[in-house]
Amino acid sequence: MNEFAVSVKDLTRTFGDFTAVDHISFNVARGEIFGFLGANGAGKTTTIRMLCGLLMPSSGMARVAGLDVYSAYEQIKQRIGYMSQKFSLYEDLTVRENIEFYGGIYGLNRRQIRQKTAELVQYLGLEKQVDQLTRSLPLGWKQRMALSAAILHDPDIIFLDEPTSGVDPVSRRNFWLLIYELADRGKTIFVTTHYMDEAEYCHRLSIMKDGRIVELDEPRRLKERYGRETMQEVFMEIVNRKGEQ
Amino acid sequence: MAAIEVEMLRKQYGNLLAVDNISFEVSPGEIVGLIGPDGAGKTSTMRMIVTLLPPSGGQIHFQGKDALRDMSLVRANIGYMPQRFSLYQDLTVEQNLRFFGDLFDIPPGEQKKQMEKLYAFSRLGPFKQRLAAQLSGGMKQKLALSCMLMHHPRVIVLDEPTFGVDPVSRHEFWEILHELRKEGVAILVSTAYMDEAMQCDRVGLMYKGRMLAMDTPQKLLSTFPGELVRLPVRQPEKEYAWLCEKLGDDRVQLFGDGLHIKLDDALGRQALADVLADRPGTTGALQQIKPGLEDLFLYLLEEQHE
Repeated sequence: MNEFAVSVKDLTRTFGDFTAVDHISFNVARGEIFGFLGANGAGKTTTIRMLCGLLMPSSGMARVAGLDVYSAYEQIKQRIGYMSQKFSLYEDLTVRENIEFYGGIYGLNRRQIRQKTAELVQYLGLEKQVDQLTRSLPLGWKQRMALSAAILHDPDIIFLDEPTSGVDPVSRRNFWLLIYELADRGKTIFVTTHYMDEAEYCHRLSIMKDGRIVELDEPRRLKERYGRETMQEVFMEIVNRKGEQ
Repeated sequence: MAAIEVEMLRKQYGNLLAVDNISFEVSPGEIVGLIGPDGAGKTSTMRMIVTLLPPSGGQIHFQGKDALRDMSLVRANIGYMPQRFSLYQDLTVEQNLRFFGDLFDIPPGEQKKQMEKLYAFSRLGPFKQRLAAQLSGGMKQKLALSCMLMHHPRVIVLDEPTFGVDPVSRHEFWEILHELRKEGVAILVSTAYMDEAMQCDRVGLMYKGRMLAMDTPQKLLSTFPGELVRLPVRQPEKEYAWLCEKLGDDRVQLFGDGLHIKLDDALGRQALADVLADRPGTTGALQQIKPGLEDLFLYLLEEQHE
């Protein structure tokens, strides 16, 4: 049994003569909130697609939930949850119907779906809205619901690809409290974000630039090492400086 | 004369008052920012200003003229970048620009001049032959902005233009806005990023259709009541829950690996230190800090909930 939730060594992916991900290595511990940062086009999404079993690496090693991405990509999909900024809830289904739909997709039986629906609705405080169309919910609530739908099958590792884009500070905090709670229950969270204040909620951060990981540390230590007050300043310095070399 | 002047503007959808009698103006050479939670009415306000949504009440003046009577004047002279803009993915950068130039009947010679300027602005010059589909997120945003600048609008309205864009690309995007401001363009922009709001000349905070406050960032910040301290913590969510219970959740906010706590007459520094003494070893030393726009935003929203 592998002790890491995600373990990556020299992972590489090329498209033609373009190297999107270039020999990256890192480990993510169970229950860790791991922030995966980088400029647009740095290779984050390509990496996530490989880790989710959606894209074969060109070379290198990657294990997710102890499973090899080359051979066990189908099993990996059952052990992970995934939510992106373009999360998909059916706007013209009710809250209940959406949960039932995702339960069905993840292969839960009727009894499990009924039980999960009740649990989730109570957990999210959506009792009054359960039979309303999803369209009528504010974006922040939809986001929390989309996250909940992504973890209906009780996965060990949750991939969040810019989950909070365009959300206001209040909703983002509620979302992060939910993430902390999941981590507390032993779930591993792998999250990308462009909000640098939000990056500071992560236990550790990696910063990608041109396909490589150029920094990996706790936010507090990164700020100390760069002598900066905020991750925003650290990020700008790293991405700009290393880009000029 | 104001570029945009909004007076007692109102939009009602059935029972929902999406925009509730707001008034403000945007002057040439000024960047006015709108912030607020989802559903606050920012998008509806912008859509009314660009004449895509009829108001339920109130007045909009565009460069001194009644915008509701003279919609074609507004449309010909305003630049609008909606939240979900559309570029032709199968056209190149240059073809997209030309398309928008043609749309506004800009003569070819003038288009060429404006394109050269926009390439310099946006640093998209080296990519003019690239298909829009093959641009990165930040470059697409800059191309969308460039497209809406092809007809030299003196007034532009941008609805969360940097949605999903990394910090470096956002910085470049805002450099363009600052250039436009210098040229006297009036800019109305909504954003979920507080660092962008800080760069505006004036910022309005909207909530449930109302304008809770609008002023320069510095003046807004000076309205923050009491003092603010930061408490570094090891486990933010646990210390946050604990302190909310002790102090009430309107005083404590999560900020990365620390908490921001509001002090005032009812809770002084010593009283807070006494509370924290109950839980030794979990936190660092209190630091006095200046409130930021996000602190003020959270405070004003808490106040609305009471």
